[in-house]
Amino acid sequence: MSTFRFSSVALETAALRAELTGPGCGAYAAFEGWVRDHNEGQRVTRLDYEAYAPLAAREGERVVAEAISRFGLHGALCVHRIGALALGEIAVWVGTSAPHRDEAFRACRYIIDEVKHRLPIWKKEYYENGDSGWVNCERCSAAVADAGADAAPRAAHESHGHGHAHGPRR
Amino acid sequence: MSAPLYGLLLTGGRSRRMQRDKLGLEYAGQPQLARAMALLEPLVERSFVSVRADQLEEPLRAAYAHITDILPEQGPIGGIHAALCAQPQAAWLVLAGDLPFLDAATLQQLIAARAPHRLATAFRSSHDGKPEPLCAIFEPASRAPIEAWIGAGKRCPREFLGQADVELLTLRAAHALDNINTAAEYSQARGQLEARAPASGNGAGGTVVAPKRKLKIQYFALLREQAGRSEETITSGAADARALYAELSAARGLQLRPEQLRVAINEAFADWSQPLAEGDTVVFLPPVAGG
Repeated sequence: MSTFRFSSVALETAALRAELTGPGCGAYAAFEGWVRDHNEGQRVTRLDYEAYAPLAAREGERVVAEAISRFGLHGALCVHRIGALALGEIAVWVGTSAPHRDEAFRACRYIIDEVKHRLPIWKKEYYENGDSGWVNCERCSAAVADAGADAAPRAAHESHGHGHAHGPRR
Repeated sequence: MSAPLYGLLLTGGRSRRMQRDKLGLEYAGQPQLARAMALLEPLVERSFVSVRADQLEEPLRAAYAHITDILPEQGPIGGIHAALCAQPQAAWLVLAGDLPFLDAATLQQLIAARAPHRLATAFRSSHDGKPEPLCAIFEPASRAPIEAWIGAGKRCPREFLGQADVELLTLRAAHALDNINTAAEYSQARGQLEARAPASGNGAGGTVVAPKRKLKIQYFALLREQAGRSEETITSGAADARALYAELSAARGLQLRPEQLRVAINEAFADWSQPLAEGDTVVFLPPVAGG
């Protein structure tokens, strides 16, 4: 099975976790990114995820392979949702297993950070006031128009962090 | 009503003097076969390469619709005859495979002057004033006389046109039909064409236009909404992704600026300056927001 996948239905985390077990594993770490009800001061009601799937899947597998070799993992897996998501749903799931906890924790963090920055996946937020917008695109354009070099938000930890893979950076 | 115009690129020659396949010779990084087909395709309803039966598997040629010679070893007139037999309702814009200087303006001049009531429309050679048979339009009615010509044991298409009812034109770009036969001529032609290539290549009065390529464009997220479509197939003279984005952002009203985007060509991340090739799939990637 591929180590990076897309899913258009809700994730079954128990089954995903079961793919990572092994007798030599003393540690398992997982990260779940959830759909949150607010972002940048706006009330969010739902999300759409869209991906350039062939390229994103290949780049996602590359990220997971990097983590496995860099941290000496037993196993690692990442699944990303696409399509329409409701509040509270899991948008992305990362699991890692390793002989010891430190490698599992660090690899999990590495995978989610790289996935957010490198994969061609886009998120559209729908707001309570009826507006909607592509995260990092519309605000990016505004930031460029204002010539505000610091307007680009830094990557956050939650699923709605605004990692800039290739936005204007100075 | 005149017959629909199809295009035929003659690729069955033996290239004996050149000692290598003339259609594979590259100019500014693109094989002559692709250059010629890119010129032809936008101007005709359908286009084909004329091949010998033993060339069907050859990769350059296999990418295009083909017409196989019926009568072997007849040279170019055999290829023209096979096309007239394969699609007898069509008129054929026939091109030799060794015309690196040919440009769209010359083909447009030929098509604009086409005389469907005659057997053919052709240029007068700028060297000897005789008809140029290998950048010419052959009407459906030319099939029977060509068959009779071959049947009489004759092969030279130039002599055929010399005695047939042909509309003759004066070539505006005098060297557009210069062909190449030897390695020295190739080297010289390549130098001339590549020296001209970096200039816009399309200037009025020039004899070279940027080769046109068929490209598939896919749009995602904000660009998909701005373009109003998820994909399209276009024919473009853009040499690289940077030029292509400039063209598309103007045509489709794309609001994101190139500094905000990345490029993928054929499902791999690519540089803005990577040269585009016929059949490439190009995606401009808006700022990502996974996770």
